[in-house]
Amino acid sequence: MDNLALASPEIFLLSAACAVLVVGLFVDAERQLVYWLSQATLVVTLFLAFSQIGGVDVSGAAASEEAAVGERLRASMTAFTGAYAVDAMSATLKSWLLVVVLGVLLYSRDYLSERRIARGEYYVLVLFAVAGMMIMVSGQNLLTVYLGLELLALSQYAMVALLRDDGRASEAAMKFFVLGSLASGMLLYGMSMVYGASGSLDLGVIRETLALGGLDRDPDAVGNAVALTSGFDERAVGARFGLVFIVVGIAFKLGAVPFHMWVPDVYEGAPTSVTMFISTAPKLAAFAMLIRLLVDGLEVLNADWQQMLAILSALSMIVGNLVAIAQTNVKRMLAYSTISHVGFLLMGIVGAGPAGYSAAMFYAITYAFTTLAAFGVLLALSRGGHEAVTLDDLAGLARRNTLLAVVMLLAMISLAGVPPTVGFYAKLVVLKAAIGAGYTWLAILGVIMSVIGAFYYLRIVKLAFFDEPAPLSAEVATAGDVTAGLAVNGLAVVVLGVFPGLVMTACLAAFA
Amino acid sequence: MNDSSLPLLSLVIWLPILAGIAITVLGDARSRALALGTAALTFLLSLPLYFGFDRDTAAMQFTEQATWLPGLGIEYALGIDGISMPLIVLTTLINVIVVVSAWEVITDRPAMYLGAFQIMTGLMVGVFSALDAILFYVFFEATLIPMFLIIGIWGGPRRVYATIKFFLYTFLGSVFMLVALIWMGREAGSFSVLDMHEMALGAEAQLLIFLAFLAAFAVKIPMWPVHTWLPDAHVEAPTAGSAVLAAIMLKMGGYGFLRFSLPITPDASARMDTFMIAISLIAIVYIGFVALVQRDMKKLIAYSSISHMGFVTLGIFIAFRLIANDDGAGVALGMEGAMVQMISHGFISAAMFLCVGVMYDRIHSREIADYGGVMNTMPLFGAFMIFFALANAGLPGTSGFVGEFMVILGSFRASFWIAFLAALTLILGAAYTLWMVKRVILGPVGNEKVAALTDIGRREFWMLGVLALFVLLVGVWPNLIGSVMHASVENLAEHISRPKY
Repeated sequence: MDNLALASPEIFLLSAACAVLVVGLFVDAERQLVYWLSQATLVVTLFLAFSQIGGVDVSGAAASEEAAVGERLRASMTAFTGAYAVDAMSATLKSWLLVVVLGVLLYSRDYLSERRIARGEYYVLVLFAVAGMMIMVSGQNLLTVYLGLELLALSQYAMVALLRDDGRASEAAMKFFVLGSLASGMLLYGMSMVYGASGSLDLGVIRETLALGGLDRDPDAVGNAVALTSGFDERAVGARFGLVFIVVGIAFKLGAVPFHMWVPDVYEGAPTSVTMFISTAPKLAAFAMLIRLLVDGLEVLNADWQQMLAILSALSMIVGNLVAIAQTNVKRMLAYSTISHVGFLLMGIVGAGPAGYSAAMFYAITYAFTTLAAFGVLLALSRGGHEAVTLDDLAGLARRNTLLAVVMLLAMISLAGVPPTVGFYAKLVVLKAAIGAGYTWLAILGVIMSVIGAFYYLRIVKLAFFDEPAPLSAEVATAGDVTAGLAVNGLAVVVLGVFPGLVMTACLAAFA
Repeated sequence: MNDSSLPLLSLVIWLPILAGIAITVLGDARSRALALGTAALTFLLSLPLYFGFDRDTAAMQFTEQATWLPGLGIEYALGIDGISMPLIVLTTLINVIVVVSAWEVITDRPAMYLGAFQIMTGLMVGVFSALDAILFYVFFEATLIPMFLIIGIWGGPRRVYATIKFFLYTFLGSVFMLVALIWMGREAGSFSVLDMHEMALGAEAQLLIFLAFLAAFAVKIPMWPVHTWLPDAHVEAPTAGSAVLAAIMLKMGGYGFLRFSLPITPDASARMDTFMIAISLIAIVYIGFVALVQRDMKKLIAYSSISHMGFVTLGIFIAFRLIANDDGAGVALGMEGAMVQMISHGFISAAMFLCVGVMYDRIHSREIADYGGVMNTMPLFGAFMIFFALANAGLPGTSGFVGEFMVILGSFRASFWIAFLAALTLILGAAYTLWMVKRVILGPVGNEKVAALTDIGRREFWMLGVLALFVLLVGVWPNLIGSVMHASVENLAEHISRPKY
C-alpha cells in the first residue's frame, strides 16, 4: 500500500474533480464557485506533484544497481506493479503542466462567463484532462499511457464542442474526434505489435527483451539497429512494424506534418479558451508520451525512429512556418506556429541522448508558457461579445493597453527565438543537440525556417506597436488577477531567458 | 588596473539596460532628465576603460567571468582589448549625444524612446565586450529588438517596410553564425571566444565557418550586395536611430570580422581574400557613384556609410595579401586603418545624420531640392555642416582622412591597382558630399521656408560641437586611439599569419 502514495497527486485530483462535478450541479454559475474550487484543486495537486521532485533523487540512489535498464528508469519509483512511475521527469513535467493549466483557467475565466459556458462541465473537463495528462506523464506501461491519452482526448473532444450551437465548433469537434480516434487506433495497433514482439506491456520489460533480442549478437561495433536486422528476427520485424504505427500515433497527437490536418481547424473552430488549453499543456503530455514509448521502451530501435522523427521535424518546420505566413486569422496562425514548434521539439528528440531529450523537454515547457501568454492576450481582447480572431483586432494594441502589448511583444519575440527571451535558449539547446548528433542539415533548415517564422511573429508586433488602433476600439481593461498573471507570465519569458538555468537544471536532472 | 575590484564592464552594460527599463516604466514626465543622467553616468563609467587601459599588452583586460549555464558550458565572460575598447567608449559617447539630440524633438512617448536607446547602448557594449560566443550572439541579436521598435514606432512613412526588412535581413545573416558557433563550441568543448581562436580547424570546416560568419557580418556592416536594408532603414529611422545605426551598429560587423572571422578562420580568410577585396572595392567605387545621384540627404549619407565601410573591410582583408608578401608592418597598417576608420566614421556619420535631423526638425523634408542657401539663415549650423562634410570627404586634419590614408597606404604595399581604386573614393567622396553641401548650404536662399529658418540653439550647438571636437582631435592626433590598439592589432596580425592546420 505504501507506493499508492506516489500517485497521490492523481488520486487527489480525480477525487476533487468528482466533487467539483457534483458541486457544479447545485451552485449558480455566476458566482464562480466552481472556478475557485478548480483552481484550489490544481494548486493542491501542484503542491503534491512538486513535493515529489525532491523525493525522487533518494530512491534513484537506492535502485541504481539495475544498470541494464535505461538511465532514467533507474531513478524512478513505481507503483501499481510497475505500471505507474514517478521520476524526476514526471515530477517536473507535472508541476509545469499544472502551472500552465492554472494560467489557462485564470485567463479564460472572464471569457467563459461572458459566453455562458462557465458551467461546471468546462472545469470538470479540464480537471479530467489534466488527470489524463498526468497519467500519461507517469505511464510506465503501454496500457497506462494509452488510458491517460484517451482520458485527455475524450475530455478535449467535449471541450471543443462546448459551444454546441456554433457550427464551426461542432465541425471542429467532429474532425478532431474522427482524426483523433484514428490516431488512437494507430497507436493501439502499434502497441499491440510491440506487445507481440516483446511479450509484455511493461515498458521496462519491453526495453530489456528487445535489447536482449538484438544486442547479444553484436553489442558495440555496429549499433543496436543493425544488430537487430543482422539476423532475420521475427521479433525485430514485429517491433519495428509496431514502431511505425506508434510514431504515427504520436505525430498525430503532437500535430507534426504530415499528420497535422486537424490542428488548424480545431484551433480555429474551438472557443479561444479551449484552443489555449489544447495548444499548451497537452504538448507537455505528448512529449512525455514520446519519451516513455520511444526512449524508455524502444530505445533499441533508436536509429529507426531517429530518421522518422528527423523527417517529421523537417516537414513540420517547413510547412508550419510557410503556411503560417498566409494566415489572417490569429488562431490559425498560432496553429501553424505550433506545428513549426513541434518540428523544433522533435529536432531535440532527434538529437538523442540526455542532451537532446532535456533540450526537447526545455523546449516543450517554454513553448507551453510562451504560447499561454500569447493566448492570454487574445482572450483579454475577446471581450464584450467580440472575438479577437483576425490580425486587425490587434492593431494599435500598444495604445489600448500597454501591458498587453508588451506581453504580446515578448511572447512573439520568444516564439521567433530572438534573445534575450527564453525562446532563444530553447532553440539553442535543441540546435546544439541536433548538431551534436550529426544532424547539422536539420539544424540549418531549422534556423532558416525560424527566420521565416520571425516574419509572421513580427507582423503581430508591428500591428500592436506601429499601427494605430481601429477608430471605434476602446481601451482594454483586464481584471486585477489576470493583469498580474499576464505580467508574471511575460516576465517569466524574459527572466528565464536571462537565467535559463532555473528550468534547464530540472530538465537536465530528468535525464541525468 | 585589471584587478580593479569594480566590475566595470558589467556596470557599463547593465546600468543603461536596467535604467532604460526603469525609464520606460516610470513614464514620460521625467524621462529626459533620467535618460541624460543615465547616459552621462554610463559614459563616465566607461572612461576608466580608456584611461586605465594597459597599452602594452594584447591580452584581455578588465575581464570578468562567471558560470552562466553550467550544463551547456556557456559562461558570462567579459573582457576588452585594444580592438573593442575604443568602440565601447564610442558607444557610450554617442549615447549621450543621442539623448541630447532627442530632447525636444521626440514628443510621442519619449520615455519609451529614450528607454529603448539606453537598453540598446547596454546591449551594444555587451556585443563589444563578450568573450563567450553565445553571450556575444545574445547581445548581437538582442540589439535588433530596440532598433526594430525605434524605427517602427518613431520612423517615417515607410517605416514598417524598412524595419521588418532590417530585422529579417540581419536575423537571417546571423542565424548561420549561430549554427557555426554551436558547432565550434561542441568541437572545442567550450564557447570561449579565445579558445576558438586557438582551436585547430581543417580547411573545409574553416571555409564553411567563414561563410557563416560572412553571412552575419557582411549583412551587418553592410557589404555590397547585401547592403540594401541600410538605405531603407536609415531613411525611415528617426534622427537618433540613424545616428546610432551608422555610428555603432555597423561597427558590430567590422568588429565581428576582427574578433571572429580573422582569428578563428585565418586560412579560409586568406583563401577568400581576393573575393573580399573585390567586393570591398565595389562598395567603395560603385556605391560612391550611387551616392552621387541621391536626392534624399539621409539616403546619400547612408550610401556614403556603405562606401566608407568598404574601406574597413578592405583594410582588414588586404592583410592577407601583405602576409603573402611577408610585409608585417603593412598588415598592422591596414587593420589599424580599418579600426581608425570605424571610430572616425562613428563620429562623422552620427554628426551628418544629426545635421540632417536639425534641418528636418525645422522644414520636415530631407530632399536636397527643398533646400538651398541654408548658410544665409543658419550660419553657425552651415559652418558645422561644411566641416563634417569635409571630414566625410576625407580632408586632412580631420579624422576622416587618417583611416582612409592608412588603408590606402596599406593597399599600396599590396598592389597599385587596389590602392588606385580605393583612392578613387577621395574624389567620389568629395564629389557627392560637397555637391550636396553646395546644393543645400551654399548659394542664394532657395525658398521662403529656408528664409524663415532659425539658427541652431545651445543644445544643438553642443551636440555638434562635441562631435566636431573629436573629429578634429583624432584628425590631428591619431595616436589618441592608435596607441591603445597597437598591441592588439599586432597580436592579431601575428595570429592570422600562422596557419591553423
